[in-house]
Amino acid sequence: MTLISIDGVSRRFGEVTALDSVGLDIRQGEFFALLGPSGCGKTTLLRILAGFEQPDTGSVLLDGADLLAIPAHRRPVNLMFQSYALFPHMSVEKNVAYGLERERLPRAEIRERVGAVLETVGLTAQARRRPHELSGGQRQRVALARAVVKRPRLLLLDEPLSALDKQVRSEMQLELKRLQHEVGITFVVVTHDQEEAMSLADRIAVMNGGRVEQVDAPEDLYERPRTPFVAGFIGANNLFTGRVTGKGLEVDGLGVLPAPAGSEQGGTAMLAVRPERIRLGPVTAGEGVLRGRVVDVSFYGGVSHVALSVPGHDRAVLAATQGRARVEAGAEVAVSWDADDAALVTPPL
Amino acid sequence: MTARQPARVLGKAAGRLATMGPGFGFLAVFLLVPLALVLSYTVFRRGRFGGVVYEPTGENFARLADPLYLDVVIGSVKLAAITTLLALLLGYPTAYLIARLPARWKVVALVAVVLPFWTNFLIRTYAWIVLLNSEGPVNSGLEALGLGPVELLYTDGAIVAGLLYAYLPLMILPLYSAVERLDPELREASANLGARPARTFWSVTLPLSLPGVLTGCVFVFVPSLGNFVIPELLGGGRRIMVGNLVRDQFLKARDWPFGSVLALAVVAVLVALLFAQAWATRRAGRGA
Repeated sequence: MTLISIDGVSRRFGEVTALDSVGLDIRQGEFFALLGPSGCGKTTLLRILAGFEQPDTGSVLLDGADLLAIPAHRRPVNLMFQSYALFPHMSVEKNVAYGLERERLPRAEIRERVGAVLETVGLTAQARRRPHELSGGQRQRVALARAVVKRPRLLLLDEPLSALDKQVRSEMQLELKRLQHEVGITFVVVTHDQEEAMSLADRIAVMNGGRVEQVDAPEDLYERPRTPFVAGFIGANNLFTGRVTGKGLEVDGLGVLPAPAGSEQGGTAMLAVRPERIRLGPVTAGEGVLRGRVVDVSFYGGVSHVALSVPGHDRAVLAATQGRARVEAGAEVAVSWDADDAALVTPPL
Repeated sequence: MTARQPARVLGKAAGRLATMGPGFGFLAVFLLVPLALVLSYTVFRRGRFGGVVYEPTGENFARLADPLYLDVVIGSVKLAAITTLLALLLGYPTAYLIARLPARWKVVALVAVVLPFWTNFLIRTYAWIVLLNSEGPVNSGLEALGLGPVELLYTDGAIVAGLLYAYLPLMILPLYSAVERLDPELREASANLGARPARTFWSVTLPLSLPGVLTGCVFVFVPSLGNFVIPELLGGGRRIMVGNLVRDQFLKARDWPFGSVLALAVVAVLVALLFAQAWATRRAGRGA
């Protein structure tokens, strides 16, 4: 069931087009991510949903009703700010109660709901502290509690993990997912961090230059990028541009590379091969599709990354192997992959 | 190592003294010494033609309780308080709007606020006499509307208007800096949580700008209380404020000890105010 329906939304700031006819559907109860580099328009879209910004054109519907006609303070949409924006002159419980007090709920109910949500985020003991007496992770929990306690239809999270150090991050990541399951609220997280988006979201919209490039589940986004931008932005990829032929992708200077069938022959396309799909082997006659020289080997514990220079290709080809790499810098290797392990992307021309 | 330490500490102290010295010396000579003089005058008898006779007495302080002088002090505090309140009511919206202007217009607006300071204070005060006198433009306007003439000059209202005019910028500037510093996301957060703009103002903007409010109030109240030029020029000498009284004791009555007591009373009120302001600011600003 569609909760939010965004259609043809554009927004310009002077000469800059922040959003260029964006269309998106966000489903009831899902964990949705808006992912893109800074300046891609994701924050503007978030501010439009929250009501801090109006689009120049286009419509936003919530449950089929016009959301843009409702002023920010009456929308059933709550936002967890990147800076948390906690009221510094109020205690934790006052901060959390603020939104409920605006609904003119009975005091007893407010106290009960604030107590319950503080327990959920594990801050019962800190209820009377001021924000500056809390750690970064605790402040974030307050911000989250303050937004969730209103039981909004839609919860927006602006770069929710970016300000936290690594340890707290993964903890908070799990907690966000757990919370989303528990409360059943639709979450929309805005982030430039693909790991954050991939690990949290059910579906991700990748944005670039004010446009939506692709909307898909994380696995599909990773395995079947549909635009060159997505292929380059999501994870590491080896990209080759050439012409589609019956046998694969014909690349100038490299020959025909294995590519999945299905694209129109003769057209220009981009082939994306994940480093972990690449096999390295000894150089013997007829082995492999490319020849390369190992430039660098880096060991990451679980995996090793091998960078290869391939004559005729201007960028290094990256291969990932489990555990320790069995090749050394300077070695000549044969590079190969299965046609079905690669993704063929047709650039819009 | 240990033997060297005292030398190092001494060296450090000398360095600090060298940097703080000049400013400190200036304050010591031109603030503390006069203050000490005024303080010492309060306990001696007056000299015949000014100055003091070094015979200790307590009667200078006793005279402060005289209703004649007490009324002057209370009346002055009242006028200064009214001025401060009006300055706050006029200044807050102005400061708030300036803080939300685009950067370029902010500069223009702030320059406009301090622009009157570029003209001599006396000339500006005389301009008010021209404006408010019985044949001045304000009264002509009122007459044309069939409402006048009204006695405007030489009233308490004229004094308040003059003080307000003189010190309003001192209210606007600290308010502006307090409002300007507020994170706009706090207002957005308040709206996002369901607060109408008026509620956001009362619950978020105003409490967080309270330090600026208090600073502005002290900046206006202090010089208003001590001013003696405006009460004389715009009040026509009918209303005597503490400032006038202090000056007259020194220059006309030649009663330096009692003048000192009055001056000390004003200083005491102001110091109490400053402490109250510091305390309230610390309370309001905790964590801000």
